[in-house]
Amino acid sequence: MKSALVISDRDNVATALEPLAAGQRVELGDRALVIGEAIQAGHKIAIRPIPAGTEVFKYGSAIGTATRDIAAGAHVHIHNVASGRGRGDLAEAVPAGEPRLAEPPDSQSGAGGQP
Amino acid sequence: MTARPGFLGYRRRDGRVGTRNHVLVVPTVICSSLVAERVAAAAAPLGTALPHLAGCGQLGPDMRLTHETLAAYCGHPNVGAVVVLALGCEQVIAQSLADAARHHGKPVEIVAIQSEGGTIKATARGADIARAFGRQLAADEREWCDVADLVLSLKCGGSDYTSGLASNPALGRVTDRLVDLGGSAVLGEVAEIMGAEHLLAARASRGETAAELIQIVSRVEAEARALGLDIRGTQPSPGNIRGGLTTIEEKSLGATHKGGERAPLEDVVPYAAAIRRKGLTVMDTPGLDVESVTGMVGGGAQVVVFTTGLGTPTGNPVAPVIKITGNARTARQMADNLDLDVSGIMTDSETLDRAAERLFDEVLAVASGKATAAERLGHREFAIHRRNPTI
Repeated sequence: MKSALVISDRDNVATALEPLAAGQRVELGDRALVIGEAIQAGHKIAIRPIPAGTEVFKYGSAIGTATRDIAAGAHVHIHNVASGRGRGDLAEAVPAGEPRLAEPPDSQSGAGGQP
Repeated sequence: MTARPGFLGYRRRDGRVGTRNHVLVVPTVICSSLVAERVAAAAAPLGTALPHLAGCGQLGPDMRLTHETLAAYCGHPNVGAVVVLALGCEQVIAQSLADAARHHGKPVEIVAIQSEGGTIKATARGADIARAFGRQLAADEREWCDVADLVLSLKCGGSDYTSGLASNPALGRVTDRLVDLGGSAVLGEVAEIMGAEHLLAARASRGETAAELIQIVSRVEAEARALGLDIRGTQPSPGNIRGGLTTIEEKSLGATHKGGERAPLEDVVPYAAAIRRKGLTVMDTPGLDVESVTGMVGGGAQVVVFTTGLGTPTGNPVAPVIKITGNARTARQMADNLDLDVSGIMTDSETLDRAAERLFDEVLAVASGKATAAERLGHREFAIHRRNPTI
């Protein structure tokens, strides 16, 4: 069984298929990635640096925008990625139809935090 | 020549095919819901009720939606006979629900609590009628039906990372195969198309269908914006986030796999409206599981396949709901609620194609009468989507 999976060639994240430990080396096809922090199964890891303000790709499509610089091997979740869709809380500042970068929610815990 | 896949179903006078043969007891209004449930229980195992919270104090489009949803169930192919359980002074018109049942060739009777003289008399009369219908239906026999007669409702709930990697793609392969064979499938939950609409729109067989899809997704997004609220925390849900899903786009991209990879998008229909075309239809339903399943079954789906990562109990009063998970821990922990474990996809011990074959066979077995976990447990959740507040 693979320990992490990259779904599409366009993706800049992998999905952990089992819990991963900091410092663990993970084979992803023809390359290896060193995991930067503990990652729960099902959570995402950056497979290359993702600069703040650029899109995060999974399934070959954009799933949101990085709210800060994300290093390769780092956990990618609600603490460093935000959706631009259906954001009524941003509606006053943004013309309808134009997604934009959001502040992350209060919880910094990543996994398990209340949104 | 290989025989075409099929199942043993009930042929109805309107040409549709049922996978169940229920005596449906329909309360016109919340006030008659309890009596309706007791009447249905008296006609076990075929009796089933649609207890709901509406039917009065509603305006315009909201009232119509309640009425049309109840009427859709009165005509549903999984229903063999109907008892309309009225109060007497409500907005929903018992007679027009009865007309809907008759229009589809089903025997129907109306019982009204006020004219019967109260709960006890109405329950007794309703139970007599429902039991008589039950005896009548017990004589009906299943006949061989082609798989093209099937309308499959595609649903996911309690999603986690395994949903997008295992159970949804397995269901997607079933959708593609069913559509190739001339059958129909319906996808709901418009909020969970948000972020993946470009993929579905690209598969629309006509430009206007693509435009309708984009229009309903934009409307849902505009509704969230108009409330001035942050959709995060609702979409994805706290459980989704714990499971590793970060944004609605990610959830949608995983969820949309249920609709297959190549089945053309043929139609976009309103909530609980009849599914008119073969192939894939998107129905305008909310993401809430029970409201969504209620709408898609109302549209005519005779079987629901419900993928889950974390495990959910949801059933439906008239349609069997098949539960499938790609999460091995959930498969163990919620075994009571689940029908199919496809977690082998996650560990490479089963291919997606093989899991999809097992699911396809399960759909046909359930269509032929095999009871699902939700049916065995008596899960018959029903909730009509509301467009406006109660007045």
